[in-house]
Amino acid sequence: MLENIKTFASTFFVTGDPMIYGADVSIVLVSLAALFVLTYFKKWGYVWREWITTVDHKKIGTMYFTAALLMLFRGGVDALLMRVQLAAPDMKLLHSEHYNEIFTTHGTIMILFMAMPFMFALFNWVVPLQIGARDVAFPFLNSVSFWLFFFGAMLFNLSFVIGGSPDAGWLSYPPLSENAFSHGPGQNFYIWGVQISGIGSLATGINFLVTILKMRAPGMKLMKMPMFTWSVLAACIIIIFAFPVLTISLALLFMDRFFGAHFFTIDGGGNPMMYVNLIWMWGHPEVYIVVLPAFGILSEVVSTFSKKSIFGYKSMVFAMMVISVVSYFTWVHHFFTMGAGADVNTFFAISTMAIAIPTGVKVFNWLFTMFRGRIEVSQPMLWVMGFIPCFVVGGATGVMLAVAPADYQYHNSYFLVAHFHQTLIGGVVFPYLAGLYYWWPKIFGFKLNDRLGKWAFWLWNIGFYVCFMPQYALGFMGMTRRLYTYGWDMGWAPLNMVSTVGAFLMGVGFLFQGWQIIHGILYAERSNATDSWGTGRSLEWSIPSPPPVYNFAVVPQVKGFDDWYLTKEEMKKPGYKAEKPQLESIHMPKNSGIPFVMGACWFLAGFGLTMETAFSWMIVPGVIGLIGVGLCMFARSFSYDTDYYIPVDEVKRTEASLGRVV
Amino acid sequence: MAQAAAHDHHHDHTEHETSLKMLGFWIFLITDCILFGTLFATFVVLRTHTDGGPTGKELFEVPIFVAETFILLTSSFTSGLAVLAMNKGNRNALIGWLVITALLGLAFVGLEVNEFATLAHDGATISRSAFLSAFFTLVGTHGLHVSIGLLWMTGLIFQLLRRGITGVTKRKIMIISLYWHFLDAVWIFLFTVVYLMGVM
Amino acid sequence: MSKQKLLRRSGFFIMAALAMVLLSGCEQYIVLDPKGPVAEVEYRMIVISTILCAIVVIPVLAIFAYVVYRFRDKPGNNAPYAPHWDDNKVLEIIWWGVPIVIIGILGYFTARDTFALANPPKTEEPPMVIQATSMDWKWVFHYPGQDIATVNEVHMPVGKRVEFQVTADNAPMNSFWVPQLAGQTYTMPGMAMKLGIQANHAGEYFGSGANFTGAGFAHMQFKVIAEDQAKFDQWAANVKHTAPAMTRADYDKLVTTKGLADKKEYSSYPKGIFEERVMENGGDNHTGHFEHKEATKGEKSQESTNK
Repeated sequence: MLENIKTFASTFFVTGDPMIYGADVSIVLVSLAALFVLTYFKKWGYVWREWITTVDHKKIGTMYFTAALLMLFRGGVDALLMRVQLAAPDMKLLHSEHYNEIFTTHGTIMILFMAMPFMFALFNWVVPLQIGARDVAFPFLNSVSFWLFFFGAMLFNLSFVIGGSPDAGWLSYPPLSENAFSHGPGQNFYIWGVQISGIGSLATGINFLVTILKMRAPGMKLMKMPMFTWSVLAACIIIIFAFPVLTISLALLFMDRFFGAHFFTIDGGGNPMMYVNLIWMWGHPEVYIVVLPAFGILSEVVSTFSKKSIFGYKSMVFAMMVISVVSYFTWVHHFFTMGAGADVNTFFAISTMAIAIPTGVKVFNWLFTMFRGRIEVSQPMLWVMGFIPCFVVGGATGVMLAVAPADYQYHNSYFLVAHFHQTLIGGVVFPYLAGLYYWWPKIFGFKLNDRLGKWAFWLWNIGFYVCFMPQYALGFMGMTRRLYTYGWDMGWAPLNMVSTVGAFLMGVGFLFQGWQIIHGILYAERSNATDSWGTGRSLEWSIPSPPPVYNFAVVPQVKGFDDWYLTKEEMKKPGYKAEKPQLESIHMPKNSGIPFVMGACWFLAGFGLTMETAFSWMIVPGVIGLIGVGLCMFARSFSYDTDYYIPVDEVKRTEASLGRVV
Repeated sequence: MAQAAAHDHHHDHTEHETSLKMLGFWIFLITDCILFGTLFATFVVLRTHTDGGPTGKELFEVPIFVAETFILLTSSFTSGLAVLAMNKGNRNALIGWLVITALLGLAFVGLEVNEFATLAHDGATISRSAFLSAFFTLVGTHGLHVSIGLLWMTGLIFQLLRRGITGVTKRKIMIISLYWHFLDAVWIFLFTVVYLMGVM
Repeated sequence: MSKQKLLRRSGFFIMAALAMVLLSGCEQYIVLDPKGPVAEVEYRMIVISTILCAIVVIPVLAIFAYVVYRFRDKPGNNAPYAPHWDDNKVLEIIWWGVPIVIIGILGYFTARDTFALANPPKTEEPPMVIQATSMDWKWVFHYPGQDIATVNEVHMPVGKRVEFQVTADNAPMNSFWVPQLAGQTYTMPGMAMKLGIQANHAGEYFGSGANFTGAGFAHMQFKVIAEDQAKFDQWAANVKHTAPAMTRADYDKLVTTKGLADKKEYSSYPKGIFEERVMENGGDNHTGHFEHKEATKGEKSQESTNK
């Protein structure tokens, strides 16, 4: 009996590594502490009512952001472990399997469980406020999306302590990811973690597309939308066309692993190249999904802090739409070396370079928005100013990579690693952080500390260049990616050491940001002023911070682009008199626990189907989970009591308490 | 007076929600189209990869897939009749046509399950060759969509029995009928690309 | 203020230190030190694309620095302020136009060299063939002309085009990369991809598997020894006389044992084993522009697949 339990436990849990035991202990302790705090302070009801069941886009945004921050921490620790291992030749910190697991989880987490939720946090926080809406088009679905993402991410992270982490790279190329080469449950964790959260992302794409198309305040024509909303629209269009391909790629890989199908196997007539094509048909547009909203944020921040309207609005919109279409026709540049003909390679090389044109145009437009402006170097603006040089250089190396004959040399080398980190950190993380600092006072009603923020900014920026510039050089020295070790004879040691130092500088920068947030929560001065920066231009700056649950007491009548700026100009005119708002009862969606339960059911299903490889009886919880998902859908279909009205009196009280004239 | 205003307000709201949900569902169908498109592309790449195993020509039985086609097309027609009955406000006819649609759908799924079982029994399983993997996955995904549609439709029939034709149930019927027609359209491609091109 | 200065200064020192490290030991930059015509074409493209990118990047960074300095919000700044100036057709045409022209130029060079690498000049005698197979986690080289085989080291004659046919056997996709002689090409089970290589100088070159294949991937490096034809022939003859023969069992052991292998030479190998394994790994399924069917028959194919 005891023996049986022992064998079970040793297969079920990941064993044998002191670092993982340490993690086990800390996970158990943190969970116990959280349970204790919630119970001791009697906060269970609060957490359930205010957060878990919420359909309020602002709160969902906050939950996305919290999750993204946690994942940034985990992905960052992964990165630092890798950098320590590579700091010098023949390091013994990580053995090869462990290193492989870490770079796989680092990539997957950073893209899918950090960048995506960070982006969705900004979507949720900002889009309804910018278009003068009271919520998204489908608030219930929005909550479902969040919980699918959350449970998908948790499932993926569970592989760290149960069953074993995936180790076939962040895109899991077969045949390496097939049973023949990766037998354990790790790869299944990858498939289900990404699949479940991917379905959530697809739903978010549909949700925000409908929100933007249908929920805009009266008077806001498409060409009067703020730039960030435009960028979300473009990103959502890409999500809708790209994510189904991901769903299928992962499903087919699962069919191979679970039913012994032969889509991507070496034997049985399978074709591994097909997976590589499919996954990049999603993967490349995915890059643009995360980068387009970043462009939107930059436009908002640059315009606000240059105190000038955005330069070349039409050409900005056009450039964004061109990018979203062309992003579909570049995927082959990820494998020029796979031996497609010269004609195919040339086509994809040129289409890839062509993306640089609208992207370059955007950079010029930002520069000329600043030109003849008055640039106020606030925290958000600081990050934009970190972004521009970084992204311009990163984009240029991207063009260099697109040159097919040169790519035969760069491919799979550290040159490539440096390039995509430069575009993803410089081009995505920096702008997202700019957006975070920019909209933070809107969502929470206080600003984050300036001094700590400057430390964080400089550490991140200097750390970035110290970390990644040497990696371009390492690429020229012939160092390939995903090596867990190298010898003294290669001459790669000094640059790797420098790179590791840079990575730690960024890590310290992150700690400063954590400190900044905690500092803000504890000490920052609260203010529910509408226009936190004083130079806001779009509708979100016309309502109190944080906004009340219904956002707008009266749905605004939009006069033009930068509507809040126009209103402010109006207010400056002599004889301006604010109209007394005509309040009405407000229709709002009711909270629901179904999304959370549904997410949990997906988790159970994914976990069961994942662990089935190791224990065949795990199919039982898997099937129960799937049935649970179905029952949740039924429960939703049969519930008719899903909305309520906030009475006029309550709206009046709330507005008055926020210092508004009613 | 105030109540009447609130009522009006509510009515507006249902209409607004209907327009949102219809658009949302159309966009969902676009994503589903891409999903099937990817599966079709996979099938087309792999259809010759039989690895020495049976080919479509040897496996597909013309009467069965023609019967499946006929049944599904008919069910699409009856679901259209259901919507017509709904627009006339005839609840019983609506439910009747929905029941007929669901029964036809059930017959379709039954035939398909039987077809799959026969194939598997003859050794043509999903793990036999890449061609069969692609075949079972593509046709099976469509079958799964139909099965989910059946469960959904059954749920809606109960809601109609309880609540009759209201703004909300009307929207739900419109959406499922859209879904049902969509599956029909997918089947026409399936019929052509998988079965007809398979036996030719 | 002083803190900012400190930061800026420390940034400068870090950059200076970085520059020193970067500039030390130029011979280590093997990608930038081509020793054969294919690598030279690739090197030339690296240079051209760097220059063309610099033409855009440097002015952009200069404009950025100027704009931020000139238009900062500071009391007493008398730079023009035009809050509504947000449209200028001429400027927009310039910055749509200039990138289009530059991408056009780069696109032209890219297309030219992509095709040039894919269709190497025809030589009178057929090129020498070496077949390279990536396995978990080792490289096996067959020399059909000499009927010898080596593991984890490959010899080739200098000044002659050698056609490498590469595949993977019972192993995930890898990539065959010898930076100083030619860029990489994937090795894939069931396919024999071609990579023409020529070394213009005798020497030992670093080669590695560049595409991740699991636990032993980091150790999949090999040496390419390019030497005069006479020396090469002598070496081949020597192997032929002194090394053991590779039996089918030896080959199977290499394929099925997951692990690293030592350098080794064989005086013969089972005839046609490379082609046989390509077919067994699903070679008959892949038709179309990959053209490896011809390759597996050892014929000279019209369309070489990569370069």
